[in-house]
Amino acid sequence: MSRQMTGAEMVIQALKDQGVEVLFGYPGGSVLPIYDEIFKQNQIRHVLVRHEQGAVHAAEGYARSTGKVGAVLVTSGPGATNAVTGLADAMMDSIPVVCISGQVPTHLIGNDAFQECDTVGVTRPCTKHNWLVKKIEDLPRVLHEAFHVAKSGRPGPVVVDIPKDIQFALGAYVGPKNIQHKTYRPKVKGDMDAIRHAVNMMGKAHRPVFYTGGGVVNSGPAASKLLRELVKLTGFPITSTLMGLGAYPANDEMFLGMLGMHGTLEANMAMHDADLLVCVGARFDDRITGRIDAFAPHAKKIHIDIDPSSINKIIKVDCPIVGDVGHVLEDMLRVWKSVQPTIDKPALDAWWGKIAGWRAKKCLSYRASDKLIKPQYAIERLYEATRGHDTYITTEVGQHQMWAAQFFRFDEPNRWMTSGGLGTMGYGIPAAVGVQMAHPDSLVVDIAGEASVMMTMQEISTAVQYRLPIKIFILNNHYMGMVRQWQELLHGGRYSESYSEALPDFVKLADAFGGVGIRCEKPGDLDGAIAEMISVKRPVIFDCIVDPAENCFPMIPSGKAHNEMLFGEAVGDIGSIIDEKGKMLV
Amino acid sequence: MNTSHYPSAYVVEQQETHTLSVIVDNEPGVLARVVGLFSGRGYNIESLTVSETEHEAHVSRITIVTTGTPMVIEQIKNQLDRLVPVHRVVDLTVSAKVLARELALIKVKGKGEARVEALRLADAFRARIVDANTESFVFELTGRGDKIDEFVNLMRPLGLVEYSRTGVAAISRGPDAM
Repeated sequence: MSRQMTGAEMVIQALKDQGVEVLFGYPGGSVLPIYDEIFKQNQIRHVLVRHEQGAVHAAEGYARSTGKVGAVLVTSGPGATNAVTGLADAMMDSIPVVCISGQVPTHLIGNDAFQECDTVGVTRPCTKHNWLVKKIEDLPRVLHEAFHVAKSGRPGPVVVDIPKDIQFALGAYVGPKNIQHKTYRPKVKGDMDAIRHAVNMMGKAHRPVFYTGGGVVNSGPAASKLLRELVKLTGFPITSTLMGLGAYPANDEMFLGMLGMHGTLEANMAMHDADLLVCVGARFDDRITGRIDAFAPHAKKIHIDIDPSSINKIIKVDCPIVGDVGHVLEDMLRVWKSVQPTIDKPALDAWWGKIAGWRAKKCLSYRASDKLIKPQYAIERLYEATRGHDTYITTEVGQHQMWAAQFFRFDEPNRWMTSGGLGTMGYGIPAAVGVQMAHPDSLVVDIAGEASVMMTMQEISTAVQYRLPIKIFILNNHYMGMVRQWQELLHGGRYSESYSEALPDFVKLADAFGGVGIRCEKPGDLDGAIAEMISVKRPVIFDCIVDPAENCFPMIPSGKAHNEMLFGEAVGDIGSIIDEKGKMLV
Repeated sequence: MNTSHYPSAYVVEQQETHTLSVIVDNEPGVLARVVGLFSGRGYNIESLTVSETEHEAHVSRITIVTTGTPMVIEQIKNQLDRLVPVHRVVDLTVSAKVLARELALIKVKGKGEARVEALRLADAFRARIVDANTESFVFELTGRGDKIDEFVNLMRPLGLVEYSRTGVAAISRGPDAM
């Protein structure tokens, strides 16, 4: 059964056995034996990134758009430390990534050898688990365990650190079958009593709201279908976190839009006035809750989460259900259908009436202009132009990200790749590379800001090399917009170091990289330019010059409650609204 | 400063002390994971004791005494349980039948009446003499933490030189395993 092979061969064999098709990596001294094995085979495609951070983000984009595990290969020392930001990002957003790193030979570990670093030590807090493999006998088991840990339970990144002598050592390879972990067995089925209790609470609710998150997306497309069914069945309104967008169709009338700091009025007010929150795969992040002591003050709370440590971490809930969203929703639907709770229809109608009132305020309105391109307008036009295409969106981090979340309407899960938890500027381009590798014929757009793209723009070179026609749609306002917005609101308009000085000419830059550059400065030219961008089957940098003064609203200032939102018109007196305590929370 | 028209939901919760038993796979770095979790998330460690308890199965028992609000204690348990090499986490304080002991080695130097008094107190505390010469003693004392505190405080005026203690080992009463 078991075959003799070297450690390096085992790595490639294990990747194949785990169904890996694409590997994002960068070679170096301590992974050369593995690269030699990559050279000898054709099954796994290796994508040579330009920086290891890009490799992890690309793997994240690949993972999030496919539901599979993303695979990364980096060398020791700087290879591993460069990957840390990506790993921390995947950790915060629960993205399954297996990162294999080379290490100096075992006899040199601890000697400050060339390109040595304590990789397991450095990555311990930003991975779900990690391993340093010091014996060839352990290697096959650890490799398969790594995939199991990365994808099961609450997904996350893992690191397998393999010293170079282990890559050369001979041993017996064992396949992935019959590997059951000694200690790690996440619970996927929810407790039925808790589910019945939850259904009972839902049946009695007068002002309920579903608050859903990335857990629905992570649970797989079936969970999204079940969620849609449950929402239809109950008639409850639904809002979503940044991470959960697409799990429920944004164009459906039951959907209130995103909630939280830059969420819609209707979503945040519904959260604030609700008497029941049904939290499905979300984690009460501080961007969602605002002021903890004023968060959903009248609501009973049901919380479905696969990670017990997410429950009662920030907000105490009344009905915790530990389990995989898909499994729990399935059981919940079954119980709901058999119990057939008698919903107080007039109360629910009155609740929808209240929501209609908030909706009527049209909180996302902005002042249109025929001289300057408003960033919101640019995203609206991009959205319209991409309808009918098989579209995937990645983003960087900042104002453009929030505008994308507000104005780009996702109807399906796995279409929206954004750095939510860690907030990593520079995520979008490499993530788009990963998405396009998985979906070569789809339209992949990175909605970006000009400051963020400067952080990882070397990956445009990767896109060109692999003929990946990603579109980098830059909302160029010549500022780190979100930083500038906070400085305007909190620091007396002192724009300390937030101006994007000495920007490159993005059109020439695209040309220099071997892509296509398009610039658009007038609202009237926008539709034509976007159409051109979509029609070009090469990597595109789209330099969309937008109104530099535009701020992202609505907004719950730090330290404020859901019912203390600011809107576009309130810009003038916003400074006095955030108190000293709020400044600390930024 | 509560600027909202809602009453503050913050109730100042009492800090509690809990003794946790954490059964882990004795793999490299497991202690670093546990300790890193506490430092990374800002939890307290009052006492930490680690030793392999099932040699064949490579299983270790980590006993942690920690303080926090009930919500934080629950978080600590859940966060520990989430670590991949952790078999299980048991809060021994919840059962209220916890047996917790520490061992201390206490060096006392003195002559005359102080030396005699130290010996007398050691006898009263059932401390054993494990090293003795004409100038000093080393006492070995086992007991609850407060008993050791008390003994050490009594030794201070009698010539306490230094002492070393193990941290808490704990187990539940009765016939059942945790």
